[in-house]
Amino acid sequence: MTMREIIEDFRHWDGPDIRIMEVCGTHTAAILQGGIRSLLPKSITLLSGPGCPVCITPAAYIDKAVELAMREDCRLYSFGDMLKVKGSVRSLADAKAEGAHVRFLYSPLDLLEIAEKDPGHLHVFAAVGFETTAPVYAMLVKKAQESGLRNLKILTALRTILPALELILDSGDPVDAFLAPGHVSAIIGSDAYRSLAQRYNRPFTVAGFSPDHILLAIRQLAHAVREGRHDVCNLYPGAVHQEGNRKAQALLENVFEPGPSVWRGIGIIPESGLFLRESFTAFDAGSRGLDSDPPANPACRCTDVILGRIHPASCPMFGTVCTPQEAQGPCMVSDEGSCGIWYRFRGEI
Amino acid sequence: MCVAVPGEILSVDGDVATVDFFGNRMRVSLGLVDAKIGDHVLVHAGCAIEVMRREQAEELLVLLAELDEVLAPEREGRVR
Amino acid sequence: MKQVMMVHGSGGTQTAGLISAIFARHLSNPVLDRMEDAAVLKVGGSCVFSTDSFVVDPIRFPGGDIGKLAVCGTVNDLLCMGATPRWLSAGFILEEGLPFDILDEIVCSMNAACVEAGVIIAAADTKVIEGNGGLFLNTTGIGMLGRRRPIRADGGRPGDAVIVSGQLGDHHACILSHRLGIRNGIRSDCAVLLPLVDALRSRRITVHAMRDITRGGLATVLNELCLSSRVRCRLEEVSIPVSSEVDAFCRILGLDPLYMGNEGKLLLFVPDNQSAQALRALHATESGRHAVRVGTLLAPDPQNVNRTRVVLHTRLGGERPVDSLSGEGLPRIC
Repeated sequence: MTMREIIEDFRHWDGPDIRIMEVCGTHTAAILQGGIRSLLPKSITLLSGPGCPVCITPAAYIDKAVELAMREDCRLYSFGDMLKVKGSVRSLADAKAEGAHVRFLYSPLDLLEIAEKDPGHLHVFAAVGFETTAPVYAMLVKKAQESGLRNLKILTALRTILPALELILDSGDPVDAFLAPGHVSAIIGSDAYRSLAQRYNRPFTVAGFSPDHILLAIRQLAHAVREGRHDVCNLYPGAVHQEGNRKAQALLENVFEPGPSVWRGIGIIPESGLFLRESFTAFDAGSRGLDSDPPANPACRCTDVILGRIHPASCPMFGTVCTPQEAQGPCMVSDEGSCGIWYRFRGEI
Repeated sequence: MCVAVPGEILSVDGDVATVDFFGNRMRVSLGLVDAKIGDHVLVHAGCAIEVMRREQAEELLVLLAELDEVLAPEREGRVR
Repeated sequence: MKQVMMVHGSGGTQTAGLISAIFARHLSNPVLDRMEDAAVLKVGGSCVFSTDSFVVDPIRFPGGDIGKLAVCGTVNDLLCMGATPRWLSAGFILEEGLPFDILDEIVCSMNAACVEAGVIIAAADTKVIEGNGGLFLNTTGIGMLGRRRPIRADGGRPGDAVIVSGQLGDHHACILSHRLGIRNGIRSDCAVLLPLVDALRSRRITVHAMRDITRGGLATVLNELCLSSRVRCRLEEVSIPVSSEVDAFCRILGLDPLYMGNEGKLLLFVPDNQSAQALRALHATESGRHAVRVGTLLAPDPQNVNRTRVVLHTRLGGERPVDSLSGEGLPRIC
């Protein structure tokens, strides 16, 4: 089979309506970049899932990060895309404009050197992410402990993906198949989805990030749904092992413990957060209890969008009150959020 | 969710490697993997998160073959 | 004293010393050398007038520095309007602590760029502020149109070929590499576009619209021109020129080369039947050797004139709308 044949096959696709959720925000971005939607039949819908750490971080967390950043004795760091998300009042970018020290880094590990060179300040990394990034923070904390650094902390908003998928599956019947996140899977392994696949009768396909790989994976999922199969298929075998990265898993287990955590727009999901264990609390910048997440606008329907119940354009605020410039909810905040995507492309995809 | 790219290990110094991404060189932590010079590692936020299995790395042909395998029952059905 | 101090902005002897030691030495010309309050210029006919400020950090980078950039930026804006650049003004804001040898180097490279562009600095000013050795620059430029008509942003017509003069994203990737400590051979493409414009002019290419691809990248600049020209554009992903190094750099940080800035690349619309000739002209120049046609202008959608103006035809045969840059275009890691 060639790529051309696959595209041709989709052109004449005859099957039921299928809703496939791409869990990972980087898949969402790659799907947009590759113009994948334009190659799919109308009966196949792609939904963007909760796999954008920036979108699901609750307001209380951003507020805490802003509070730290505004402190004279404190320096705050994060990834570039965290800067623009608003808390209940301000974003980190707003705080920066008011004089707070906020900087983006490519790697959290850079903080080791920064903290060592500048002992006069407390250096805090706003540690958001899923299983892919969590081991990097675990390593940062371990190394900081080994070298006795006392002026380095992390403010965690770490999430694990499986409890969120379970919630989506429990919430009704909106998603038929899952495009599993490639790099989270590199850590947790493709076998991690087996239990969900069997319990809920849904196929999962792990895929890489080039447009052709994604198209292959969508085809694989579409066929699985049509034929009533619900297996876990790994189309990213170069990077993803069945059992995942054991070394990373052990490190995560050693440094973090699971706990309930709030996902913006969704609410509390049990056991879906990772928090520093007691032996590492000296490195915690105050990550627990940041649960408050009042919707900026009570009319916001992001929960329904994230759970795949309604289409972004079905929200009464979409494109009027709620735009990327004045986002009312998490799905509009990030470029990877469903509403943000639909707004940008004005339904032309 | 997580941007990660594969690169080749050029040199190793303790648990830190210099990794090449088509001419872009970065210092990358090897703390999460067992890797050596010449290996291709998947790098996320300054950290190697997995050693790429080269023989089946990113080759589309391999994937297409795998997909053929997965879809084999359906294809046979279609042939009739 | 090896560095700029507050006293160098006092207007007294030390200021005069700095001017004669560095600025007057490198930028000397009959207009500036009179050291009067204002320059007297002989301007006949229509002229174009543009200003730009430069705050790049780092102030020196592979392929250029803030001085060269400040000349190229304003000169290129004048060139894209179809004018011949003649005079620049330069406003320097120096932070205390800026080493003299670095300032000297920057002013020297500024002069080299002026020579290349055929302009002189006709007016200049220096201020010193508290800070940490930084340098900001504003340049304002005047270019002469002679008997030519200005090249306007609204000149694009359906059917026109869309050409870019070289690989995208080099300047942006170069600056970001430095800030993030990623080592590579990426050099800023910072350049005066005069040779490219001269090459097009000498072959009598009809240029319908032209702009240098700076902040916001090809996507943003192209959207602006299409909006002004009331046309749509179809881009071909396979022809978008990006070097493998910049491409890999973008992948590491989750960036899209279509939104990466350049400082020495042209975007131009020419009639379809002059496309090949325009490419030959550009290929004959040093900085235009990777010039390529990336797409075609289309008539607006009669059903909906507000429909997305730029659509990219992807490698796989799909389509995606290409909007202007929104936000800062920061690296996306998670």
